[in-house]
Amino acid sequence: MLAAGDPLFADGVDLTVVLIVIAKTVVVFGAMLVSVLLLIWFERKLVADMQARIGPNRAGKFGVLQTLADGIKLFFKEDFLPTQADRRVYRLAPYLATVPAFLSFAIVPIGGTVTIAGHQTRLQLADPPVGILFLLAMSSIAVYGVMLAGWSSGSKYPLLGAVRGSAQMVSYEAALGLSTVAVVLVTGSLLTSDIVAGQSGEGLFGIIPNWNVLRLGFIPFVVFFIAGTAESNRPPFDLVEAEQELVGGFHTEYSALRFALFFLAEFMNTITISAIMVTLFLGGPSGPGPDSGLIGALLPVFWFLLKVFAMLCVFVWLRATLPRFRYDRLMDLGWKKLIPLSLAWLLIQAAFLVDVKWGIVVFTGAAVMGVLLWRAMEVGHGATEHEAPAPPKFQEVR
Amino acid sequence: MTPALSITATAILAVATKVDIAVFAACVVIVLCGAIGVVVSRNPVHAALFLVLTLFGMAVLFVAQEAHFLAAVQVIVYAGAIVVLFLFVIMLLGVDREENVMAEPLRGQRPLAFLLGAIALAEIFLLAQGTQWATGATQVAGPAGGPGSNVEKLARVIFTRYLLAFEVTSVLLVIAVVGAVVLARRYETTATESPAAAQVEEPQSPRSEAPLSAAPPPAAPDESHPDESHPDESQPAGEPDAAPSGAR
Repeated sequence: MLAAGDPLFADGVDLTVVLIVIAKTVVVFGAMLVSVLLLIWFERKLVADMQARIGPNRAGKFGVLQTLADGIKLFFKEDFLPTQADRRVYRLAPYLATVPAFLSFAIVPIGGTVTIAGHQTRLQLADPPVGILFLLAMSSIAVYGVMLAGWSSGSKYPLLGAVRGSAQMVSYEAALGLSTVAVVLVTGSLLTSDIVAGQSGEGLFGIIPNWNVLRLGFIPFVVFFIAGTAESNRPPFDLVEAEQELVGGFHTEYSALRFALFFLAEFMNTITISAIMVTLFLGGPSGPGPDSGLIGALLPVFWFLLKVFAMLCVFVWLRATLPRFRYDRLMDLGWKKLIPLSLAWLLIQAAFLVDVKWGIVVFTGAAVMGVLLWRAMEVGHGATEHEAPAPPKFQEVR
Repeated sequence: MTPALSITATAILAVATKVDIAVFAACVVIVLCGAIGVVVSRNPVHAALFLVLTLFGMAVLFVAQEAHFLAAVQVIVYAGAIVVLFLFVIMLLGVDREENVMAEPLRGQRPLAFLLGAIALAEIFLLAQGTQWATGATQVAGPAGGPGSNVEKLARVIFTRYLLAFEVTSVLLVIAVVGAVVLARRYETTATESPAAAQVEEPQSPRSEAPLSAAPPPAAPDESHPDESHPDESQPAGEPDAAPSGAR
């Protein structure tokens, strides 16, 4: 059960091993909390820059302590409990949102193998045999946080936000899973460490890296990126919160520390999904540099952090750029575009793994089917559109 | 590699019994608490949450039996999708009120339930007598033979030996999806076409008579169109999964 992938458990479990595991856990937990603080500040600052504002600049140098100040403020505020709320579920929901966000980071390989106190260990918190399925399991649990928070508040707007948010998360989970399967297919293993190892070799011409994003032909990466954004309820898919229509969405009624937990979970999810994307598609901690010595141990961590940072920048950029999706467009994108696309791509990929001939046949077949499906949808739209009345014009009210 | 593995195996076996018993005991408590909670809860949402607790306990038991893949699928499919859909339906239909669990919808249901439960329990005990299930060994048939991970073995069996059953199940799911869509579509055409058709026939007449009160009617079908497509689009997602779960 324990001796899955990490060489740490190869010689059995003694006190040192337990201490190393505890130390790793504490370090990762602390690092994640700090990075959430920094990410919130960074996001506010970057969005402010993009909108020609200054952003937080009061607490600390460049306002870097702003999030800490906000957190302390939230910590000392009164924790309200709405009268209509379902007490137990209302109290439970923030933890159901936060815990999966933290747990799914555990499977991300941060660096290579290092030796601590005579024990070899990977810089990875856990390498369970189910590997990347653990992410899917955790993301499916994260739905409960949103859903129960909205329901237990006993109020309309949170319930609406929760219902459509959970529908969104359940729908996009399918696309997320299908694009993950593409990675598992080429790797031949569910373990995240194997997925990273599979991308470490030399790619084309010795310059272009052997990353899955290139090996799989971009489409699974794009699908995963969109689905991951929707899973973590980031803009432009933040329909759960939708300030303009739902007040604050599922966490409208929450205050103080419990609200802070939702905030934490959201940004934690952003970091986790970036890290998972780096692991699955961007080679994880692999990068150029020496393999041994202190630099050999630290350089992969640097590459990993650099890639995660790049992904986070993209997420912030998206938030500053794109308007929120309308709900039916969101469902259209998920069910009618992303899922068929990733399914077809999965088939093509499987066929190419068998044989190039098969690959070409299946590719052509998928293209023909895709065109037919598109045409069928066009016809369907046309049939409903000409019956639908034109949009109403504003009338003068006398 | 092999000696190291066998040493690990024996070392694990030495501690295994204690750890296994502890894990099993904890899981039993979780599973039973969840199961009792499902039956006793007055609020349907609480009952669904207790069901999740039970499913989690089962997943941990699967992990203890080294069926990692099954555990993951248990959490993803049952806890993550099916119970979420239950909750979804409960919340959408607004049946999340407290109920009196002492009321009997069917006469004689309760004694019958006790009787059937007792029979099922007796059956399980009887079967447990016949085979050596209660020996504390982790697996009934020994470790699934051959190299490779859980997933590989499961996939090999599903796509060779049980291929027919597997494909038939997928057909069943497709039928459920199509059925749900058919049911949902029929409802939609009867509900939305009538106001639209009425409006096409006489678009101008009400407007000329009373402009103030006539402003809403042309706007109403337009606004309701995107809204009405929600339940129809989310239902194919909701219903087909809920239906097979009942069939299973």
